[in-house]
Amino acid sequence: MSFLRPEDHTKPWTGRYYPYDLVKELFIAVGVIALLAVLLTVLLSSPDEKPSTIAQWSQQKPADFVTAAVKELDGASGTAEYGPPYNHSSKSVQHFLLLHPQRWLGVSHPIDTERDFVVGPLETIPNDAALTAALTQYKAAPEKQKKEWAEAYAKPLEETATAEEEKKTPPATVSESNGAVTVKLSGDAGPVPVMMSSLLALAKSGGVDGSLLTSRQFFQTDYTKPLLFMADGGLLGERAEEQHLLGKQWGLMNETGSYPGQPWLWLYALWYQVEPMKSSPNADIQVLLIMSVLSLAFICIPFIPGVNMLPRKIPIYKLIWKEHYRESGGA
Amino acid sequence: MSSLATPPPVEPASQHSWTVKVREAGVAALPPHKLLPDGQPTYVASWIYMFGVASIASLVVIIASGSILALKGPGWWHYTGIGHFFNSIHLWSVELFFFAMVVHLWGKYWMAAWRGGRSRVWMTGAVTFLVAVPCALTGYVSQQNFDAQWIATQAKDSMNSIGVGAFFNLTNFGQMYSWHILLLPTAVVLLVGAHVLLVRKHGVVPPFELEQRRAALATTAGEQS
Amino acid sequence: MNHLGATVLSAVFNLNHPAHTVDWSFIHLSVANVVVIGLMLLAFLLALVLPFPGAERRRGGRS
Repeated sequence: MSFLRPEDHTKPWTGRYYPYDLVKELFIAVGVIALLAVLLTVLLSSPDEKPSTIAQWSQQKPADFVTAAVKELDGASGTAEYGPPYNHSSKSVQHFLLLHPQRWLGVSHPIDTERDFVVGPLETIPNDAALTAALTQYKAAPEKQKKEWAEAYAKPLEETATAEEEKKTPPATVSESNGAVTVKLSGDAGPVPVMMSSLLALAKSGGVDGSLLTSRQFFQTDYTKPLLFMADGGLLGERAEEQHLLGKQWGLMNETGSYPGQPWLWLYALWYQVEPMKSSPNADIQVLLIMSVLSLAFICIPFIPGVNMLPRKIPIYKLIWKEHYRESGGA
Repeated sequence: MSSLATPPPVEPASQHSWTVKVREAGVAALPPHKLLPDGQPTYVASWIYMFGVASIASLVVIIASGSILALKGPGWWHYTGIGHFFNSIHLWSVELFFFAMVVHLWGKYWMAAWRGGRSRVWMTGAVTFLVAVPCALTGYVSQQNFDAQWIATQAKDSMNSIGVGAFFNLTNFGQMYSWHILLLPTAVVLLVGAHVLLVRKHGVVPPFELEQRRAALATTAGEQS
Repeated sequence: MNHLGATVLSAVFNLNHPAHTVDWSFIHLSVANVVVIGLMLLAFLLALVLPFPGAERRRGGRS
């Protein structure tokens, strides 16, 4: 007996066999499971919450849309500041001790939010002299000037968004009327207001959805850009909270509606609710490392002292093999 | 006289034949009566033994319903009742698959089913479960609805944190759909296949010897020596 | 698929409403997930205690 392998008295079975039709068993099992699946389908069906679009986002929450859009322009959005695999920023780069895999694997799906989410879609709008002039002025300006313009437009929007989040009365610097957003600027915003109102109008028409999807080639199956842009706003999170899909709601185990979700992810979800992972900016890598170690341990249970002996100590096996023990008198 | 009645004699040269080597190794490991036995040991007498075959049966229904969904493409189930019907079958058979697999795992743990040289049976089973989880994840992000949008934008942070996001992009529907309908199901089926063949090779794990029987045997052996 | 077919194929019970949750300390699980986990535990228990058919055949089994 070694440290890894406990005493194992298991010998090849030399006792009696009885007729057992494995193929028939499989057919019966498939029939029963198929019937159960059909029954559950007839009784409960399956959920299909329609996807959000940038058009819907801009129509339902225009102020939230332009807030996100100006941050994309400014390089201050979640995506712009994310880091690899999208860009070389660092706000969402995680690590654990000496492990920096996110940085090591690098920028494999480059996204320039100013270009890809704002200027690029705007350049597709034809026959708009005011917009063309605004874009020309913007592109010719130095970086410092661009930042000042964007900040002058963004500051009142961010203050309003923060006040709403904290359930305080927002300052009267942002107003919505007929789907348009008016911002009382905190300084000289240059061509940015024209760009933002044009982008809002394009978004409402569905043009931004289309532009972000087909920008690389005609046939497209990569929804990274429209999804990241939407995720920088508040619509997806708002819908998720209603459906109990947020992290703090153990959302990764849940399905939309009242359907069962993924109960097998209970342990993965649990680690996000306990410290230090709960409040850590590196929660994802921490939880995945914990789960990797536990998964390896799960595979290696036959070799783990104590764990591999527990079934012998807690005799649930006496229920499983009760007929065998009764018939053989233990012999 | 049938020319198929007896196999042709094997010439010395064909001992190097890969085909002969594979065939002989296969037959040695799993002769027909072991590959498809028509009997089981009498201790196979509990409903807990049904959860392994229930897991396989669920996998069959998952693949069958998934194949029908694949026939008409990923958008079909959103705009037809019959498509939604097969999507529901697919979802519920996945729930049944994980249900059966976990109860099977509980049963096998409390039987210490890795005993008697069966550690690879346990390990292939454990890896099957661990591969089934990302197989389900790629399915969830391929639904092309709000659930898929949310799961993709959230889970991407986990993938990115360990660098996997650099080559496994949850927000890339085309990539996720490909992994879901081909690569990961193939891995699951191969793992289940290996798992079942190992069970056939080693047989179903025998019961624990009861302490009193082992003590009695030891005493008898001591008296006889 | 025509409207009649769609009606015939719609669910008996409509689960498309916000989930109820089971809350205990920091644990928040949906009722549906709790039901599934409960059913798994019940299935395991029943599998252990319910008699398995074929006892006569096993008694008269061959070696």
